[in-house]
Amino acid sequence: MARMMYREAVLSTIAEEMERDPNVVVLGEDVVGGNGTAGGPEAIGGIWSTSAGLYGKFGGDRVIDTPISESAIVGAAAGLALSGKRPVAELMFADFIGVSLDQIWNQIAKFRYMFGGKTKCPAVIRMAWGAGYNAAAQHSQAAHQILTGMPGLKVVMPSTPADVKGLLRTAIRDDDPVIFLEHKALYGVKGEVPDDKDFMIPFGHARLSRAGNDVTIVSTGLLLGFCEAVADKLAAEGIGCDVIDLRTTSPIDEEAILDSVEVTGRLVVVDEAPPRCSLANDICAMVAEKAFASLKAPPLGVNPPHTPVPFARELETAYLPSIPKIEAAVRKVLSYR
Amino acid sequence: MQLSRDQLLKAYRQMKIIREFEERLHIDIQTGEIAGFTHLYCGQEAVAVGVCEHLSTDDKIVSTHRGHGHCLAKGCDVDGMMAEIWGSRDGLCKGKGGSMHIADVDKGMLGANGIVGAGAPIAVGAGIAAKIDAKGHVAIAFSGDGACNQGTTFEAMNMAVVTKAACIFVFENNHYSEHTGFEYAVGTNKDIASRAEAFGMKVWRGDGTDFFSVFETMREVLEYVRVPGNGPAAVEFDTERFFGHFEGDPQRYRGPGELDRIRETRDCIKKFRASVTGAGLLTDADIDAVDADVMDAIENAVAKAKAAPRPTPEDVLEDVYISY
Repeated sequence: MARMMYREAVLSTIAEEMERDPNVVVLGEDVVGGNGTAGGPEAIGGIWSTSAGLYGKFGGDRVIDTPISESAIVGAAAGLALSGKRPVAELMFADFIGVSLDQIWNQIAKFRYMFGGKTKCPAVIRMAWGAGYNAAAQHSQAAHQILTGMPGLKVVMPSTPADVKGLLRTAIRDDDPVIFLEHKALYGVKGEVPDDKDFMIPFGHARLSRAGNDVTIVSTGLLLGFCEAVADKLAAEGIGCDVIDLRTTSPIDEEAILDSVEVTGRLVVVDEAPPRCSLANDICAMVAEKAFASLKAPPLGVNPPHTPVPFARELETAYLPSIPKIEAAVRKVLSYR
Repeated sequence: MQLSRDQLLKAYRQMKIIREFEERLHIDIQTGEIAGFTHLYCGQEAVAVGVCEHLSTDDKIVSTHRGHGHCLAKGCDVDGMMAEIWGSRDGLCKGKGGSMHIADVDKGMLGANGIVGAGAPIAVGAGIAAKIDAKGHVAIAFSGDGACNQGTTFEAMNMAVVTKAACIFVFENNHYSEHTGFEYAVGTNKDIASRAEAFGMKVWRGDGTDFFSVFETMREVLEYVRVPGNGPAAVEFDTERFFGHFEGDPQRYRGPGELDRIRETRDCIKKFRASVTGAGLLTDADIDAVDADVMDAIENAVAKAKAAPRPTPEDVLEDVYISY
């Protein structure tokens, strides 16, 4: 095991996969950085430092700085993938799916099905998402609530450095397009990561990060840590929480959720996207349909309000689901009679 | 460059098969037996064939919603395509794609595309792959005068120049973006190639109703782009669309006698025949024999498509990694 940051897990996994497979190529804005400037190439190495050093090691053919042209970035990833390469494209911010949505929604997601199953599209589209940086409405959003509903895409949302490692490797080796959502507030978080260069985590397998018999809490990303804090606090009171880290929203591990709710009878889903048509609503509905008899209380979602992400510290804090809000929701389902 | 007799016969056959494939679709669509939206390429055959006759399966093309001609010219199976448009299970895409989404990646055909302007960025990716592999292969983006106004096309042209992708933007100017005139919708100089030039590309222009003009122009373009390091190029072909934007389009935007005039004076197939028989390269009998052979092939493809098994409700859930 090695101890490393979430961002280092991203970078080292890409580097290991580039080493292993010459077809893996990286492209995006500033992934090299400094091209065409006095500072020379590699002045940046990605604004999240998730491609630092790759250009020096693998060269400009495989580490490609692009203009600010998100449609062309995803489109080029599509063309590379259809031509036998395994592109890992970076969109910088998940908010930028807005300017590349056609290539995501109408192109990479659909090739395999639309072309009768004969076509592989092994493209990984990485992007940083989420609030917590006071980056305001256009640089702080969740995107999984939009992307999860698109048939053909796999949507991955790691919460820990180890999961970054195992899930990103799976993504790069996968023959379908994968949206890889990196929570920007987690980039600096450290954790133990397996050294094995073939360490992979299969998609659709959730992780149980806390175990308990009284309530099921489902989450992912930054808010997973908040849920763990709530579970740890309640454990001291003798209340047991299953905390399920989804890891991937499509495919989704329905079984893990249903198995847990069968025991606890109570469900709270904590989601960083606004409530309407959200992951929280989706999972609550799924549980109501498939485990109604096990339920002892109505399933409850914890979401931000139906507003854009606000800027000021006080406003962003008020916007995000917080530890007290999650705790209140858990106590509410526990006290339901 | 003088083409051999075999090359001439093959080029003619390719153009004729596109023409008859679509003339037949035009009839069969009116009976209501074929579902969905269909956009015919008739009139532009010299472009698809004049380009694709230079390509191998390792060269890639990305096509448009008006894609039958590009697919056939790149070597997609006639029967498989007809079956696809009829929505049959034997179709190239098992009846899941239809007219606007035919692809055969093994043949270097990376897809027709229902979204105008979506193809150019994909071709840039394929052109970057070709550049990395450095074997002299290229990727071609077919775009019309409609797609030339999409931001994606501008992004793609700039990115191709910046990354030195082995990519060729082939603009087919058929004078109509859907139902709106080229004169209205293309602002700059009423000229598409000059846009590509402004992005820093070497550009060519040719007569898209003359196979020999397209073929010779593309020989020069490909000679240039196949040299590793040269990067992309663009070419604009002036051509004609013999049918409407979509099948069923009443074409109220056409001028009086326009369709008759372009069919009479701008038909690439008539021009080819006149040219090769006039020069004594092929005889009328040679061409008539190809025509008869093509008519048989189309008749046969339609018969097979009609007789082919229909997809089943279970097939809906196939070919996607998961369904809920």
